[in-house]
Amino acid sequence: MKATDITTQISTTAKMLNIDKWDYGASFSNDYSVQVDRGAAKQLKASQKQVITLRVWNKENLVGITTTSDLSETGIKKALKQANIASAFGNKNEFTDFSPLAKDPIQVKEFDKKNPLGIKKLLKILREAESKLIDSHKAIKSIPYNGLSESFYERIYANSDGAFRNYSKSQAALYLYARAEEIDKKPRSSGSVKLGYGVNDIDIESCIKEASKKTIAHLNYSSIKTGKYLVCLSPEAFLTLINAFSSIFNARSIIDGVSLSNKNSIGEIISIPALNIYDDGLNEKNISSAPFDGEGTPTKKLSLINKGKLENFLHSESTAKIFKTIPTGHAGLGSKVSVSPDWLVIERSNECSDLNMSLEHTNYQGEFVYIEELNAIHAGVRASQGSFSLPFDGWLYKNGNKSSIESATVAGDIKYLLKNILNIENEKELTTSGISPHVWINELSITGDE
Amino acid sequence: MVTSSIKSSEIRFGECNKKLLEEVIFYGISLGADFVELFIENSDNSSVLAEEDFITSVSPSFGKGAGIRIFKDKRDGFVSTNDLSKHGLMRSISQAIEMLDISEKTNKLTFNGLNKLKNYSASKIDWLNEVPSINEVSEKLLLSTKSLKKDKKVVVRKGSYARNWQEVIIASSDGTYSTDIRLHQTVGLNIIATDAQYRSNGSRRFGSHGIPDEFRSWDHEKAANDVYESSMNMLYADYVQAGQMPVILANKFGGVIFHEACGHLLETTQIERGTTPFSDKLNTKIAHESVTAIDEGLSEGSFGSLSVDDEGMEPEKSILIKDGILKKFLSDRAGELRTGHKRTGSGRRQNYSFAAASRMRNTYIAKGEFTKDELINSISDGLYCKSMGGGSVGATGQFNFAVEEGYLIKNGKLTKPVKGATLIGDAKEVMPKISMCGNDLELAPGFCGSVSGSVNVTVGQPHIKVDSITVGGR
Repeated sequence: MKATDITTQISTTAKMLNIDKWDYGASFSNDYSVQVDRGAAKQLKASQKQVITLRVWNKENLVGITTTSDLSETGIKKALKQANIASAFGNKNEFTDFSPLAKDPIQVKEFDKKNPLGIKKLLKILREAESKLIDSHKAIKSIPYNGLSESFYERIYANSDGAFRNYSKSQAALYLYARAEEIDKKPRSSGSVKLGYGVNDIDIESCIKEASKKTIAHLNYSSIKTGKYLVCLSPEAFLTLINAFSSIFNARSIIDGVSLSNKNSIGEIISIPALNIYDDGLNEKNISSAPFDGEGTPTKKLSLINKGKLENFLHSESTAKIFKTIPTGHAGLGSKVSVSPDWLVIERSNECSDLNMSLEHTNYQGEFVYIEELNAIHAGVRASQGSFSLPFDGWLYKNGNKSSIESATVAGDIKYLLKNILNIENEKELTTSGISPHVWINELSITGDE
Repeated sequence: MVTSSIKSSEIRFGECNKKLLEEVIFYGISLGADFVELFIENSDNSSVLAEEDFITSVSPSFGKGAGIRIFKDKRDGFVSTNDLSKHGLMRSISQAIEMLDISEKTNKLTFNGLNKLKNYSASKIDWLNEVPSINEVSEKLLLSTKSLKKDKKVVVRKGSYARNWQEVIIASSDGTYSTDIRLHQTVGLNIIATDAQYRSNGSRRFGSHGIPDEFRSWDHEKAANDVYESSMNMLYADYVQAGQMPVILANKFGGVIFHEACGHLLETTQIERGTTPFSDKLNTKIAHESVTAIDEGLSEGSFGSLSVDDEGMEPEKSILIKDGILKKFLSDRAGELRTGHKRTGSGRRQNYSFAAASRMRNTYIAKGEFTKDELINSISDGLYCKSMGGGSVGATGQFNFAVEEGYLIKNGKLTKPVKGATLIGDAKEVMPKISMCGNDLELAPGFCGSVSGSVNVTVGQPHIKVDSITVGGR
């Protein structure tokens, strides 16, 4: 069924049910993935998925919603009926409408159309990658977590007011997490993830090298003494933290009382002036970019922190109405519309004279902890309190020498962290969740085994 | 990108599909598969959210789909689809055959048709009609959020309800043919309290399986009092000082640590990956002799219980650890094929889009002989973890868990509340340090995310004492 056919079918059925106002978001995908285990195919998987989320407005302008994978005539009719029933329980405190920008022009990124390589080819590539990674060092015994996948999908948004937009794209992902073991030592594990529009876009060799290098680097580990340390956060680690506390920028979270910000926080100084943060879903490096959000609002670049000051919140249609502004393209369709960032870009602003630029992770000779990757975010972050306590993979640097840290957690407070940045390095790095330089923090609590 | 289904011959729930299922399975076997399994699902879900004194979200959803799995030797290929027509199912079979690169039509096994239907759903047909209506749910959730309105310091009050109804047909080339209906209901309360710079959270979740009426008898006031009290106790708490110390883990959800840190390592999927330190430890001591641990799918009404697993096998009671000795691994069909450990009725999946894997059900440490006070009295300087938050286990078996509500123990007595604690360790080191088990075993519902998606489980334990563990803090 074509996207336009679904819209016609919904429109016809809605008319029959006397439903005048509706919108929907739909997703159709074909996904293929493989996993291997020491040369053998472990799990080969293909899926064809279709899902549609329908909203209807009743005569009191209250919204009801239903989600279904049944796109038959009876399925769509049932979904519209259920949504209509649910609308009687619509939120009377917060009226939702179509996005006023749902018909504005969108920027659909051009990219080469990819065709599925097929399971056999995926399997061959992954087997070779696994073999090379195991051969890269005698301590690497297995690659327990690995996968190569390709996905081809189409997303649609349409409403009864005539808005209609869709896009199709593809995405491929390779992940390799190696496990290294040596006699009388604890096993160590690390890995690498690479994304591309298609499998042929993925730099497989660099994924293998990175996974090997990171795993081997942690072989000689030692415990760290509990205490306060100068900390350098890798681009990935800093982005992980900012994403974990993105409720600071989230208008939905502010309305719900679970954000550290409030409605009047725009203009507040929340970090040192050398920090800029943007949300930039359309960035050319963002493989997962989408030209519009769940409500059909076009995606756009938005400044969140400018020279240390909170500059904008992320909005859906309803939060924008409450804040008397316009939606920003960050809505996720649901009974209660969610709001979330797309892809963060972090950089040093031009007000950086107070930074300690001698702090460069490649050549600083003093003692510091380098945090490569933060783990267990869902368990260790209290976003509404601003606190975190997270296990990490990293190194202790002393006099230019580094040793892998056995097992440790880093704890702190996001407000403290943002105001105690000592340096934002000049060079930015691309990660799967955004772009960021290395960021140095004055003192954070580290708990080790000692 | 989506093709229309052929309607002439399609799976119909509540009707006999035997002939169609046999045709599809036979098709797979005739193409050279050693084994063919069909998991077909019809779902009807609903969730309701109350915030402060309003219902802010009502979300129904429904769907149908099939997961088709084929084995050839020890390899398997899995295809999922929303197309339940004969044509759609056979196309998925062909796709799985192609994936496994099966060109020779010589299979080791023959297909002699499906057995007589094992109908586990017969007594459950009316469940969907017996669950509370959205109106009933809304009214009770609003009462529960009202019950949390005890103090001006309480700034966020939330009550949530979710109902998942699932009808499944399981058929495979060894003759397995079953139908079942599952019904899970869960209700949760969340609170945020603030006072000046102080801020605390509290949350509790309750859940059941196969009891349509359960929500109606839920004691929302008791739950609200419990969440409120927890949040107030933690509001002015200091951060815990990091270090190594003995801890007491409370009963009920305290069992999440055993589930995450040890239970997962006893699933055959972990043996297959080579990520469990226990793969060669069967019948050897891996824990303190005070520890006996069980996983079962049988406790009536428990969130992780099931009549039949997602591969058509009835669940068994599996004694995983007996007096510290490792006795059994949890196994599914692929696990038995690849590791030799017999199936335990533990093949589970979130829905049709996942292949089943060996997963926990109701998992708990058995009760011991001590009272809670005896455990606390045995510690001069340590931490009491009354309520646990979430946690995770890494690829090397190292775990970490957030303590939602903690208290310092000084000279055998509970003293001041502390926040920001994280428990860090690995199962191999911690299991031998569980030196005392209380006599107050209780279970708590939860959701477990792993290789075959998110499944409903129960965790549990009595109060237990761990002699020494790393506590992360400030």
